[in-house]
Amino acid sequence: MTTRIVELRQGILKKNDELARELRGRFTTAGVLVLNLVSSPGTGKTAFLERTLKDLRESGARVAALVGDLETDNDARRLAASGAPVRQINTHGICHLEAEMVSKHLEGWELGALDFLFIENVGNLVCPSSYDLGEKIRVALLSVTEGEDKPLKYPTLFNSADAAVLTKMDIAEPCGFDRELALKNINEIRPGMKVFETSAKTGVGMVEWLGYLKGQLSAARC
Amino acid sequence: MHELSIVSSIVDCVVESIAAYPGAKVKEVRLRVGALSSVVEDSLQFCYGIATEGTALQESKLVVTVIPVVMHCEPCDADVELASLQSFRCPRCGESVADLRQGRELEIESVEIEEPEDGKIGEQG
Repeated sequence: MTTRIVELRQGILKKNDELARELRGRFTTAGVLVLNLVSSPGTGKTAFLERTLKDLRESGARVAALVGDLETDNDARRLAASGAPVRQINTHGICHLEAEMVSKHLEGWELGALDFLFIENVGNLVCPSSYDLGEKIRVALLSVTEGEDKPLKYPTLFNSADAAVLTKMDIAEPCGFDRELALKNINEIRPGMKVFETSAKTGVGMVEWLGYLKGQLSAARC
Repeated sequence: MHELSIVSSIVDCVVESIAAYPGAKVKEVRLRVGALSSVVEDSLQFCYGIATEGTALQESKLVVTVIPVVMHCEPCDADVELASLQSFRCPRCGESVADLRQGRELEIESVEIEEPEDGKIGEQG
């Protein structure tokens, strides 16, 4: 027997990364801004997205969503009530979305007819951070009921995000939410990251959030 | 816990890359894993034994090198290693640092294989 060292220097998630790169190219060509929404289960991603889809449609934007869950199509049905095209991705036990799942579920959609495509990831603050879905903007969401130190506990996810959204701000006070501390912790992990303080219920913060989305869309199409 | 998916990808990559060495058996797989890659070594090791069973990687050793997070600090005009993942600040001057230079790696560095000596004789036969 002879021993040999084979140098590889190869990304473990090469296949996912290559497909994500290809998707990103398709999204750019089509002129659609793609966002990947990541949070713990129960943060209120779906409620926030429901509100975002509704408000964007009312402002004349063309929107669609893919929503990931282990099981059930409950979230897709909720989001479809906004009138936007929505598809459910069931991962059947896999704790994150992968580029291949996104690619498969886009079949038949005319991307050029969209302004925004939202991808709601599986509720999980660890695993989705490793998988590029071809998105332009990764959004980390955190609710006021979760504890202000979550960004410190999950630095890998918060550091990989481009924007952060605080949800359920309407109940911040009864929850004893320390807003300053949460903002400080987010800034500690991802200095300078834009943070939106929102409530899907009252609509607070949605004007700023929509303004950001439209600004990003214009910038991406330049 | 996505380490099983990660390990399955490792097995696929290695099997593909050693296809050029027929009959080779993998002795060791060396990984470079960034401290910000959200992969836990213990979980990787646990899943490795399961995912390699029945493949050319069976009974091989997984060696993980953790790559520290390095950020670029503008005021210091230097690449600095983070002291803690809970604070993205320059350990020298205390300023916030946002420009990541290293620490998200998730790659196979090399594979050590054992090839049968009679490989050439086998080809002639």
